Amino acid sequence: MASAKRERPNRKLPNEEPVALPETDDGTILFNVPFPKDLAQLKAMAPIILKQPYRIDYIHSYGQDSPFFAGLANGKLLGTVCTKCGYKYATPKLHCMDCGSECDWFELPQVGAVHTFTVCYFGSEEFLKETPFVLILVEWPGVDTLFLSRLIGVDPLSPSLEWVGMKVRAKFRRLSKFKPTDVYFVPA
Amino acid sequence: MRPVYMVSGGVSKFAKARPDVTFQPMVKEAYDYALKDLGLEHPRFVEIVDGSVASYFSDHFQRQLMSGIMVQDYLGLCPKPSHRVEGGGATGGLCFQEAWKSVASGLMDVCVAYGFETMSHVNTWKGNEFIALASDVSFDYPVGGFYSGYYAMMVVRHMQEFGTTVEQMAHISVKNHNNAFHNPYAQKRKLLTIEDVRRAPMVAWPLTRLDICVMSDGAAATILASEEGVNKLEKASGKRIKPAKIVGIGRGTDAMRMADRPHRQVLLLPHERVSDYRGLKYPGIHSFRAGRMASKLAYEMARIVNPIKELDFIELHDAYTSSEIQTYEDMGLCKYGEGGRWAEEGNPFLPNLDYGLALKKPGTLPVNPSGGLIACGHPVGATGLMQAVFALWQLQGSIKKHFGNDRLQVKGARRGAIHSHAGTGTYVTVSIMEKV
Ligand SMILES: [Zn+2]
Repeated sequence: MASAKRERPNRKLPNEEPVALPETDDGTILFNVPFPKDLAQLKAMAPIILKQPYRIDYIHSYGQDSPFFAGLANGKLLGTVCTKCGYKYATPKLHCMDCGSECDWFELPQVGAVHTFTVCYFGSEEFLKETPFVLILVEWPGVDTLFLSRLIGVDPLSPSLEWVGMKVRAKFRRLSKFKPTDVYFVPA
Repeated sequence: MRPVYMVSGGVSKFAKARPDVTFQPMVKEAYDYALKDLGLEHPRFVEIVDGSVASYFSDHFQRQLMSGIMVQDYLGLCPKPSHRVEGGGATGGLCFQEAWKSVASGLMDVCVAYGFETMSHVNTWKGNEFIALASDVSFDYPVGGFYSGYYAMMVVRHMQEFGTTVEQMAHISVKNHNNAFHNPYAQKRKLLTIEDVRRAPMVAWPLTRLDICVMSDGAAATILASEEGVNKLEKASGKRIKPAKIVGIGRGTDAMRMADRPHRQVLLLPHERVSDYRGLKYPGIHSFRAGRMASKLAYEMARIVNPIKELDFIELHDAYTSSEIQTYEDMGLCKYGEGGRWAEEGNPFLPNLDYGLALKKPGTLPVNPSGGLIACGHPVGATGLMQAVFALWQLQGSIKKHFGNDRLQVKGARRGAIHSHAGTGTYVTVSIMEKV
């Protein structure tokens, strides 16, 4: 084998061995690519289209929002409240959008109401297998912002504007995935 | 700041996929068209042009960082100055305004703004995932990231708050698709009925597939110039240019997470009063505060007091039929809450086309005469520039020349607005253009 010869150290390649990269069997292999004799015909050639995989694992830190996810693992729904103006965030923000001051954590009531909703019959690839699913924004009296979550326990095939205003109760996954979906809502 | 003119533009054919070319030649199609319309060839133009701005939205779709410079070199514009802008769906509108700034500031006499998007590199569902990454990846995306779902939640609140109906939304789809029937650049050219829209597959209640724009591959280019720039171009080509003057630009922003949007008082336009909106919590998630801010600033610069009386047409960002209705209100074409009725009455339709609908007030102020994003397609980085090109042709009265027919020409158009909008109303731009 040619490669075996090349592995010998300190030995010059014999003249009859061409210098070449080794050929491999991985990746895309296309045999017999048609090619015209007349180069002027090349502009009429159909495009070559390949599938190229692209996958990455990210190291994502929840940073200052981390206590929210620790809260979910402990059956608590946490919001934040501005230490200066008292603005209350149902989805945590550690600095107030209104006055710029720092916020503290507080526990939200586990019963809120549907501010708005939709039923997704299609979706992104990651969630396609879960369709149809119901998205809601939850509101609480006296809390200034909303919270995005899933609603289960309603019929996704019969959505109705009457769902707006419905009282909903938070439920928590027993096995936390440390995602915002560790909490979801059901009709209260 | 000095006066800025849009002198020419070009748009590539928008298609579901353009495997025949990579993104650079696609931009060149639009760029060459813009030059040809000026009566110039590249070697002569490149002696005059001072620089460019590049626009494309998604590094995920593109999977090629620094694509802007690859267009710059392909077009033969190196080593002239350039930069890329990005702001979600508003990328094209931002790019147009960056070129405006380059000229208005005196830094450049002639500036090209070009943009593109190649969304066909992944399947539709992966594409939806890429777009949804333009939502908070800690709190929003993992719950079921899907932009059609986000806009659906916004319009459900609009329906709840104001009584807007799905039939009113379907009017937008019928209007824009039927308009696009006469636009050779459009991706979808269909004559539709209200029933067609409502019977289409439900995507995110209450939005059906025909309430939502499609993904596209496409490019657009615009050329902006100062008075001196116009003179230089005319001298080089020996031809008179029919420019449009860009008389106002405005931008606005809002929080990325819809959950964070405030519930306070309406940001009023000059023709509105506090008493118009007693008890209305604003913007909530039913309205786009960024769109209102952008309109307010653009109207102020253009000295527009009442847009409905002072504009002749609008090309606005109708990624969803619902967001077109919401945008009527942000732009002050009607009061907040009246957008659905304003559509149903026929106000934003073209007066000369038959839509198969009984319209009470057809053509008060045509909106999306081109067919908008819903029918033309939405190759994100190109979209806002496409609007500028169509607006220029309206103001030049040259729709017939470019479309091959004049069915979509707004008769006697003197002043128009273009409106570009990013994810759930985070960045919005409005630019006002006038016939010279
Ligand atoms: Zn505060």
